[in-house]
Amino acid sequence: MRPSRVAAYLLVFARTYLRSRVGLFFSLIFPIILILLFGSIFSNTGSSSSPVYVQNLDGTSVASQMFLTSLNATGAVSVHMVSSSVGNLSTWLVSKGYTAGIVLPAGFQTAFAAHRPVKVIVYTDPAQPSTAGIVQGAVGYAVTSMNYAQSGQAPVVGTVELNVGSTTYQYIDYLVPGLIGFSILTSPMFSMTNIAAQYKKQKLFRQLSLTPLTRGEWLAASVLWYLVLVFASTVVMLAVGRGLFGATATPTLLTIPFLIFGPMLFVSLGLLLGTFSKTPESAAVVGNLVTFPMMFLSGTFFPVSLFPDYLQAVAHVLPLYYVIDGLNNTMVFQNTTGALTDLLVVVALAVLLFLAAIRAFRWQEE
Amino acid sequence: MEPTVEVQGLVKRYGSLAAVDGIDLKLRAGEVFAFLGPNGAGKTTTVEVLEGIRPRSAGKVRVLGHDPWTERAKLQRRVGVIPQDFSFFDKITPTEAIQFYARLFDKRPDPGALLRQVELEEKADDQFEKLSGGQKQKLGLALALVNDPEVLFLDEPTTGLDPQARRTVWTVIRSLRKGGRTIFLTTHYLEEAQSLADRVAIIDHGKIIAHGTPGEIIERFGRPQRLVIEGPTSLAKSLEGWWRRPVALVNGRTEVEVQAKEEILEVLQWVSASGLPWSGVGTTRDTLEDVFVRLVGRMDEGGSRASESGTDAKGGGRT
Repeated sequence: MRPSRVAAYLLVFARTYLRSRVGLFFSLIFPIILILLFGSIFSNTGSSSSPVYVQNLDGTSVASQMFLTSLNATGAVSVHMVSSSVGNLSTWLVSKGYTAGIVLPAGFQTAFAAHRPVKVIVYTDPAQPSTAGIVQGAVGYAVTSMNYAQSGQAPVVGTVELNVGSTTYQYIDYLVPGLIGFSILTSPMFSMTNIAAQYKKQKLFRQLSLTPLTRGEWLAASVLWYLVLVFASTVVMLAVGRGLFGATATPTLLTIPFLIFGPMLFVSLGLLLGTFSKTPESAAVVGNLVTFPMMFLSGTFFPVSLFPDYLQAVAHVLPLYYVIDGLNNTMVFQNTTGALTDLLVVVALAVLLFLAAIRAFRWQEE
Repeated sequence: MEPTVEVQGLVKRYGSLAAVDGIDLKLRAGEVFAFLGPNGAGKTTTVEVLEGIRPRSAGKVRVLGHDPWTERAKLQRRVGVIPQDFSFFDKITPTEAIQFYARLFDKRPDPGALLRQVELEEKADDQFEKLSGGQKQKLGLALALVNDPEVLFLDEPTTGLDPQARRTVWTVIRSLRKGGRTIFLTTHYLEEAQSLADRVAIIDHGKIIAHGTPGEIIERFGRPQRLVIEGPTSLAKSLEGWWRRPVALVNGRTEVEVQAKEEILEVLQWVSASGLPWSGVGTTRDTLEDVFVRLVGRMDEGGSRASESGTDAKGGGRT
């Protein structure tokens, strides 16, 4: 594989794409229309302050008051007291849609005075990493200042950090990774099925076969172009989602391989479908038959967890499900283990389909 | 000197049909070789086997000493090709196309100079889809030249072009020949073969039925020279009864086969003495087209169509 030849075809392909505008509309503009549409319909924009709900189970003890004073002194959070009568704080937070809470356990004062270790429980929502960070930072400060007050002694106050139940995510949090998945799926699938059939009909494959360009180089250049489009689309989705609708999706390092292997997977799949179609028209039909159900059943517009069981089972055999689930895991839930599992599936499928596509498609005729 | 293209017993079968049925060819370096035949005769199949874009069923094929199917990569750098119905990416300009090819072949040609050579410089920055048929074909020629090839395969380079565009392509082909390249040209235009080619092979039903220079083919397969006299039907009838060689009435003109120039005088003296009316007089010879029609028995649509008998006092049908 010669990079100069890959680059040469990439330039031709990019020019073709940019000059035709239709492709550009579907890969960049159309997803923006979708996020504006779905975002406006389903989002209720909440306040962006960092309130924290504190349940004090240690009455009005000196130690608990000390802790709350320190917490307030940080100025980073607004403390709201919650009656112990509401029961389990986590359940209560979920029911109210709140994302951060603290429980000061009963016997806090006694333990503190006796220099026995005691834990403050902190609930945060990983889907709201900025809020979670602020709350954890503020609690950390309060804990340190209490331990410091007992100078010379080993620290006794610690924290237990727990997650608020996962149902507090907002719709827009799912929509951003979902629509990035939409871009990863649709632009390569629709255009590669078409290109495979159209190039065959226009004899462009034959023309390329007369040059030193190899099929692998050709396919690699196509994948690279969709990488560029998908990265651009991701930036736009994040900007619109976060800027207009307060989405919390935050890309991490682990997001990047999904943006690389996802397009590779669907460029290859699109090419395979196009290769086995006799005409551009039948290629379009096959492309739509595969793309549309996959789009709706993989969690693009709605989380798969909302689906009935049998549809969830269907989703689990669709490649796009693993792309979107992986993007949710890295960008929303910060669930590295889950994301790595998804990534494994996506990489394996992408490599397999890429190799299969190179093998299956010919640019000579018999 | 080793032939640039050598074909022995080439066979290409599609199922039970032999599209090419055992042909032999030899091209010398620096010549223009025209492969002539009606549609479906096996021209394109043969040239695609030579280009290495189609495998063969049997036979030996060497281009510049290489097997085009198994050693494609080596040949690609030394061979230029314009396939039939050349097409390119719709949104790409000729300049960009040449730059693309230059990067693929790792060459540094001057796009402007190449486009001037094929008379396309004024369309250098127009997108391919905006070009006319002739201009597209010229871009095909320019692209075939990017790698400075020793052998050029041109598969029906002027099919579907208007006469003016066709002549421009011919001019370009002639100039390429002067550069010392070997050119393998397929065509179903007789005029094209006669005007461009050093040597011609006529293929029909997958077999070569004649080959040689146009002159040699006419000599071998053509009829003798004929004297053409304009006059009434009765003149032809009388001559037929008297003259020892064939006489025919073609388009109201009497054609009398003659072998030596003395025989012309002999016939004219007889006509003069007969008292029958006659006006114009001339001679005619078979053209490559006449021979082609006699050998192949048909012509293609779009190709030059011969008059009924293939003879014509002006000599050679024109489209």
